[in-house]
Amino acid sequence: MSDTGSVPLFRMEGVSKHYGGVRALEDATFHCAGGRIHAVLGENGAGKSTLIKVMAGVVQPDTGSLHMDDRPVTFRTPAAAAAAGIACVFQELSLLPDLSVADNIAITNPPRRYGLIDRRAQRRIAEAALARAGASDIHPMTPVRDLPLSRRQMVEIAKALARDPRILILDEATSALAAAEVEKVFAMLRQLCSEGMAIVYISHRMHEIAAIADDCTVYRNGRYVATFATGSKTDADIVEMIIGREYKNVFPPKPAQKPAGAPALRVEDLSWVGQLKSISLDIRPGEVIGLGGLDGQGQRELLLALFGVLDGVTGTVEIGGKPAALASPTSAKSGNTAMALIPEDRKTEGLMLPMSVRENLSFAALGRLSRLGLVDRRAEAAAVDEMMALLKIRCDDTGQAVASLSGGNQQKVVIGKWLLTRPRVILLNDPTRGIDVGTKQELYQLLRRLADAGAAILFYSTDYDELVGCCDRVLVLYDGAIVRVLEGADITERNLIAAAFNLRDLDQVPA
Amino acid sequence: MKAARALPAVAATRRIDPAVLAAFGCIVLLLLGGSLYSRNFLSPDYLLQQLNVAAFLGVIASGVMLVVLLGHIDLSIPWIVTMGGMMSTAAAGWGDAGAALAIPIGIACGIAVGVFNGIGVAYLRVPSMIFTLGTNAIAQGLMVLHTSGFAPQDRSTEAMHVIAVDRTIAGIPNALWVWAAVGGMAVLLLTRTAFGRYVYAIGNRERAAYLSGVNTRAVVVGCFAIAGGCSGLAGVLLAGYSTKAYQAMGDPYLLPAIAAVVLGGTSILGGRGTYLGTVAGVILITLLQSILSVVQMPEAGRQIIYGTVIIAMLLLYGRQRRET
Amino acid sequence: MSADWRHRLAEQRGLLLAVGLFLAMFTLYIAKHPAGLTANVASTAANKGVLLALVAMAQTIPVLTSGLDLSVGMVLVLTNCLASRIVVGSPAEVALGTSAVLAVGLLCGAINGAVVVYGRIQPIIATLATSSIYYGVALAIRPAPGGDVATGVADALTGSLPGGVPASLLVLVAVVVVVWVPYRRSVLGRAAYAVGSSEQAAFMSGVPITRAKLLAYVLAGLLSAIAGLLLTCITYSGEASAALGGTYTLTAIAAVVVGGTSLFGGSGGAIGSIFGAFVLRTIGDLLFVFDMDALWQPLFLGAVLLVAISLGSFRLLGVRNRLELYR
Repeated sequence: MSDTGSVPLFRMEGVSKHYGGVRALEDATFHCAGGRIHAVLGENGAGKSTLIKVMAGVVQPDTGSLHMDDRPVTFRTPAAAAAAGIACVFQELSLLPDLSVADNIAITNPPRRYGLIDRRAQRRIAEAALARAGASDIHPMTPVRDLPLSRRQMVEIAKALARDPRILILDEATSALAAAEVEKVFAMLRQLCSEGMAIVYISHRMHEIAAIADDCTVYRNGRYVATFATGSKTDADIVEMIIGREYKNVFPPKPAQKPAGAPALRVEDLSWVGQLKSISLDIRPGEVIGLGGLDGQGQRELLLALFGVLDGVTGTVEIGGKPAALASPTSAKSGNTAMALIPEDRKTEGLMLPMSVRENLSFAALGRLSRLGLVDRRAEAAAVDEMMALLKIRCDDTGQAVASLSGGNQQKVVIGKWLLTRPRVILLNDPTRGIDVGTKQELYQLLRRLADAGAAILFYSTDYDELVGCCDRVLVLYDGAIVRVLEGADITERNLIAAAFNLRDLDQVPA
Repeated sequence: MKAARALPAVAATRRIDPAVLAAFGCIVLLLLGGSLYSRNFLSPDYLLQQLNVAAFLGVIASGVMLVVLLGHIDLSIPWIVTMGGMMSTAAAGWGDAGAALAIPIGIACGIAVGVFNGIGVAYLRVPSMIFTLGTNAIAQGLMVLHTSGFAPQDRSTEAMHVIAVDRTIAGIPNALWVWAAVGGMAVLLLTRTAFGRYVYAIGNRERAAYLSGVNTRAVVVGCFAIAGGCSGLAGVLLAGYSTKAYQAMGDPYLLPAIAAVVLGGTSILGGRGTYLGTVAGVILITLLQSILSVVQMPEAGRQIIYGTVIIAMLLLYGRQRRET
Repeated sequence: MSADWRHRLAEQRGLLLAVGLFLAMFTLYIAKHPAGLTANVASTAANKGVLLALVAMAQTIPVLTSGLDLSVGMVLVLTNCLASRIVVGSPAEVALGTSAVLAVGLLCGAINGAVVVYGRIQPIIATLATSSIYYGVALAIRPAPGGDVATGVADALTGSLPGGVPASLLVLVAVVVVVWVPYRRSVLGRAAYAVGSSEQAAFMSGVPITRAKLLAYVLAGLLSAIAGLLLTCITYSGEASAALGGTYTLTAIAAVVVGGTSLFGGSGGAIGSIFGAFVLRTIGDLLFVFDMDALWQPLFLGAVLLVAISLGSFRLLGVRNRLELYR
């Protein structure tokens, strides 16, 4: 299995971790070898995050043993794991927003002189790490909070590399990167591999795993399922291992004809402080429209602008022929406009985690569910039941905190919250990021059903498969403007990538 | 097996708070302890007297709780209370119309300052701690101007005295009825209205509340306005109790009000807390202060014990859960 | 290399604003002062300013960790009362007394830190409670105002040096050089910024969170104690005044904000707070030299305080993406 001998670099056996009643890991095993990229697959709640948190010393396992180079080790703190040569790039970034890039890169073990931090040496380390990560365009003195998410992920990778680890763990580290940047990261990973580093790679993107990984291990419900070499199993087999049941189509069929009639949402010449440039689009009821393009080209800003979050937006927006009220989310969701936005980060923007499932579900529609300011509890209960059934949200008791639900179910609560406001236009900001395969399928079906029922749907996704599979039309943004509109059969991965680079032809894409 | 460190499965707004139970437990302890020192401590007359005094703190704490639930804090309580007392007694001297409106005027002043606080915090996005600090200084400045620096000579109206001191119904102090009314409204607001849900939501995650289409700024202004009104009302009550207002009459109430709210289980970070807990906290603090004066502890000792007891009780149940 | 300077300037934006504000106000003050910039005027202004500056520095450090220390004013009062008892007599006794006072400051800070870190109680309420305790101890030491202090030392520290430079300014500079600058560059100092910026990320990055927080509160206690010593030297006595302690605590918070440190933690610094303190002090003096009616002064001071602390927020009014305003 390993190039460097028969002893795996890292091995864990019989590891279990419980959180209250939740079994995150149950008798799990894992091993990885130097010089190989090992992918870890599984749904949300399968135990992947817990597995690497145990490896990185962030959480302590209840049972089981860890070995490095066949010697038993325990990591009581993240610092201990770091000292042993394990570096982890977490999904929730471990960067400090107010500190500079250089400060962040050297934060764990800063170079010292006379007991104080040596800033010049720190700068040199940072520049070297950024170069190794392929991100030398980032200035080391930039405060991290001034960087967009994709750059922050690169800084996070540089930070891990600066510790010169023996094992590098990447947890959804490319989730905010666009295709070209991902390619650069892969090239870097292959380089690190050839230097003998072991790489553990977690991702929900099957095509990335197929492209980069040597070995794959699947977990399901906290238990180890199987380990195999990449390419030795079909995608269908792998998904079956992940969700434990056979599946057929991922995407629901699209309608044969374009819907007729007046547009539900009409945007003309929408602009915003240079980040959005003269955007015009139409969405008819029944259409599912996608936003594509490289990350950071204005897709998120467009959705926020439509929802009334941005100040200083110019241009015309009409809902059902009448001008839309876009002064704030409060006006956007009400009356004739009836817009809904499923935000980017469900944990900080979509839900109040400590509050109950019921309270979160009814939250946006409380105006409708109240009389004279008092909440009508029966109406609320009926509405909540309606959504639980429609979306098949899995939870024991609607009174439990929404934080205790899995990622996929949490996203369903966010969607359910908005469906209760009976929206005409539904905006979604990367709704399936970090969601397991099973729930994704349910969401695709739901979107199509909502469109068929007359809603206009606009969603931004960083996943090309989704754009190809779900959308009737894709608007590709580049530098804040729509550069290409792909329709029907023209929506292919090739065309999406080409348009993302503002090119007519894929052959012009730089290597 | 380690103790569970996960976020609780039951929603924060539904659990029976162990903090509230602990607070009531401490109240019982204090009553027992006090009775050891003097039999009078458990006499109905003394207890009712304590509840009368507690009512003033209780009215203030009701407003403070609302603001703390949002995740904010109101440090302008001292001078809003004083303002309420001074303006209502001043109104008493403005003829019959003034005397009739003395109580509403005191409350209205409090609401006005509260709205000002709310605008600064919600619209200007100044951190509440620092903005209410400034408002406190301005309110003080206004009152110095109003009284020309002297102790105010105005007397309180008959009505003010009645609601603060008298026991009109069944021997229960009127002030207690006032507190009950305020408390009843607070409970209704927090548990049965959409506004109350918005308050908890903003305290938990303002961003999510905003993106759900809630007019968070209006809710914040509303809460600060209510807190200001409560403080103004307390000033009116205090002035009625002593038959006149005096400089810095609100100063002794800031720390106790915040302590009462926190000891009652409301998180200082916002989003979590029940009114029952605040009631327990208020009674707890009042009893503590009362015991310390009954045993004739000198001021130095009182301050030390006061602080130590608060810390001890917080260590018992006020700790932050470490999130996994 | 110009990119470097651009970043450096951006980093210090808050501090530069505070410095500019102070210089403008002080110039106005000196221009209007009947006596002009004499050594006496300078040293009086400096003494009051340095006192607040030290307390503001003390407040800054826990604020960096996104905490707060509401007991700094009471530690000032406590050490003032203690110093008025023991910083007297022979040089040896004075030295011993001074060390004892500083040690008490460190102890108060350690208690605050322990309650916040090990007790896991929120700093606002924890330090509010400990301030009560410290005030009680101060009352026990000095039930009535009085006491004395070694006059030689006191005069030296609060007077003027040759050339008209106030001695207290030198004390301030010494404190900055000996305490703040090394702290800022140390691992625990940067850890404090990290903790304030994002405690979760700091934990995952292996930052020594516990030690950073403890040291922050300990240093706050130390700096408040130094301020207490200085206060004793200025007033030649000790007084357990709750009003004084409260005022200093709250004004120190205002100084911290005016100086450009964020109350949410992670950015800013003690030097900004020093200038913030000077700005606030000068405002009070300005009212005096402009002969404002004494009755109007508290109102005016309050209004100016409010405007000063709201200044930082006016920047937020230009924010285009309202999502940035909400946590």
